[in-house]
Amino acid sequence: MSSHTYDYLDGNAAAGELSKIFAMDVTAAKGQCAHCGATKRFAEAHLYMLGPGVVARCAVCEHVLLRLVNVRQRVFLDVRGMTYLSLDAAQLEASSDLDA
Amino acid sequence: MWRVGTVVALHDETATARTITLKVSDWTGHLAGQHVDVRLTASDGYSAVRSYSIASAPNSETRIELTVERLRDGEVSPYLTQELAVGDRLELRGPIGGWFVWRTQQTEPIQLVAGGSGIVPLMAMIRSRVSACSAASFRLLYSVREPGAVLYRDELEALSDHDHSVSVTYAYTRVAPKDWPRPPGRIDAALIANTTWPSNLAPTCYVCGPTSFVETATGLLSASGNSSDKIRTERFGPTGDRQ
Repeated sequence: MSSHTYDYLDGNAAAGELSKIFAMDVTAAKGQCAHCGATKRFAEAHLYMLGPGVVARCAVCEHVLLRLVNVRQRVFLDVRGMTYLSLDAAQLEASSDLDA
Repeated sequence: MWRVGTVVALHDETATARTITLKVSDWTGHLAGQHVDVRLTASDGYSAVRSYSIASAPNSETRIELTVERLRDGEVSPYLTQELAVGDRLELRGPIGGWFVWRTQQTEPIQLVAGGSGIVPLMAMIRSRVSACSAASFRLLYSVREPGAVLYRDELEALSDHDHSVSVTYAYTRVAPKDWPRPPGRIDAALIANTTWPSNLAPTCYVCGPTSFVETATGLLSASGNSSDKIRTERFGPTGDRQ
């Protein structure tokens, strides 16, 4: 997949859909690509939303990090493209303080 | 997770962009740069969801402002900019996003780079800086098609010329005002070098616009020495349609 087609968004755009599943905001979370090992914020991933679901690809190697598909009353989440996702609990607490 | 917002005011910013003020009674507050998802549902059950950046600064009120640019072939934006009326209700999800945000505790220089309606979340950051009386130094490079397409022109002028809250550079891509020093064109390395913070000041850069604009701007900022982990981006997609 060429990154010069400009048909992608960034991880931010999936945050609403992912909020159905995750209690914490994932856009600021760091995820490691299982293919190239790059560790980036999820917000930096390249996001493709034109298919039947959402596909997030690594901004460095374009390997699939995450797929999210809604089928009737079920939501399928495939995150095998990420070795891990690390969330900053302190920052999230700070942001909820600001929100209050 | 879907909330209901009631339209309390409508304001035309340009011939194609409208600011919608919503009262959301259970709003818990937001951060500058965050967005909401708006869901419209037709009488036959068909629904469409689009993301729109919040234009207003975080405050203690239960009101938010969204500025929506009408897209010619859009499915949602023509309704929001032409048919929506005061008193109508909209379904909202959010606030969303914890990365493309500016927090009032940040003291480093801030470089904002907007392409077209990419100004909207950056305006929330500028307004947040003002309402928090922050001393952070803000610069805005605003690439826009023509003078008539500039959003928030009067407010930006007041903030830059009188308050010195933000230093604004306009870059016109199609039509520039008479006697404008730079011919219309896309942003380039010279413009980045002359109008943005020097990279040795380690500014945090926020870039928002259509995907191709964000790619260009990010490449230029990187080439001028800004570290990629200091550049935060929000892309609209190929046409500028917020998906």
